[in-house]
Amino acid sequence: MGNARWKGVRLKDILARAEPQKNALELGMNGADRAAMENGPDYVKSIPMWKALDENTIVAYEMNGEPLPHWNGFPVRIVVPGWTATYWMKHVTALNISSKPVDGFWMKPGYRIPKGKFPLVDRFVSQDTDVNTPITEMVVNSLFTNLAGNVTFEVGTTSIARGVAWDGGYGIATVEVSIDNGQTWRRAELGADLGKYSWRQWNFRLQFDKPGKQIVMARATNRIGATQTFDLIANPAGYHHNVVQQVNIDVVS
Amino acid sequence: MALLMTHLVSAQESTIQLKPGVGQEKITSYCSGCHSLDYIQMNSPFPNRKLWEAEVNKMINAFGAPIPKEDVATIVDYLTAEYGSP
Repeated sequence: MGNARWKGVRLKDILARAEPQKNALELGMNGADRAAMENGPDYVKSIPMWKALDENTIVAYEMNGEPLPHWNGFPVRIVVPGWTATYWMKHVTALNISSKPVDGFWMKPGYRIPKGKFPLVDRFVSQDTDVNTPITEMVVNSLFTNLAGNVTFEVGTTSIARGVAWDGGYGIATVEVSIDNGQTWRRAELGADLGKYSWRQWNFRLQFDKPGKQIVMARATNRIGATQTFDLIANPAGYHHNVVQQVNIDVVS
Repeated sequence: MALLMTHLVSAQESTIQLKPGVGQEKITSYCSGCHSLDYIQMNSPFPNRKLWEAEVNKMINAFGAPIPKEDVATIVDYLTAEYGSP
């Protein structure tokens, strides 16, 4: 995954020139790539028309102030902020306004989550089946960036835990850290707000008063009150894993 | 074509080495034609033979992997033994 500054043209401004009719349902997208094998399915995706017309959905030609690098989709790619990368079509060659659900391997069975298991706001109902639905927005999540696995600290010394938090574009409200296996939580300091779709950096001062083993955890909450889970929500493709990360700390004197 | 692609991919991925075992060369040649070999290493250790077999068949039927029928059992045996559960 990544976090970059994108510049492009609003997709809605391009679509306006095509004068979509009232029954426009989805926008199909194709790119210049092909399947690795001749019989493989071409990578074709669609997004709901309402998402294509969202002012934040763009056809990007710059990443971090430079023309798109090849591997990031040169010359232009779709950027759907807040939604998972499967919709960010690279090397765009075709956009098709469709009155019917777009078919194909990468829409169904690909990239699906069970219905009703995740607390998501954005839905892609024209692609629903009885049991599943396309993945849409990202769930709220956070990670330590300077701690992992098993770490040793000395009693009384201070160090700074750092991390990032992100969500589907509502914005990160808080990141809380527990240094006592989840019994108590305190707020981490949030870094600069670079926009509601950007990762939010955070840091937390770590200090342990007595020796022993502890588990350190971080949990982000977004501005609509969605937070991370403590138990994995199992699903066939393994999507939306936002279980609170745990780091084992051995405090020594 | 498959040979050429294998060569190109393995040139980029010289650091990814699958566990030695019967069938390892077949895996390296067939699987890396389309995807990185770390996709195999990244899996959980839980898939049993049935699940690995479904995965290999998906690669053939959904993605068009040119794996001869007579090699499927060898590949599935290897994946189950080295990267799965009995």
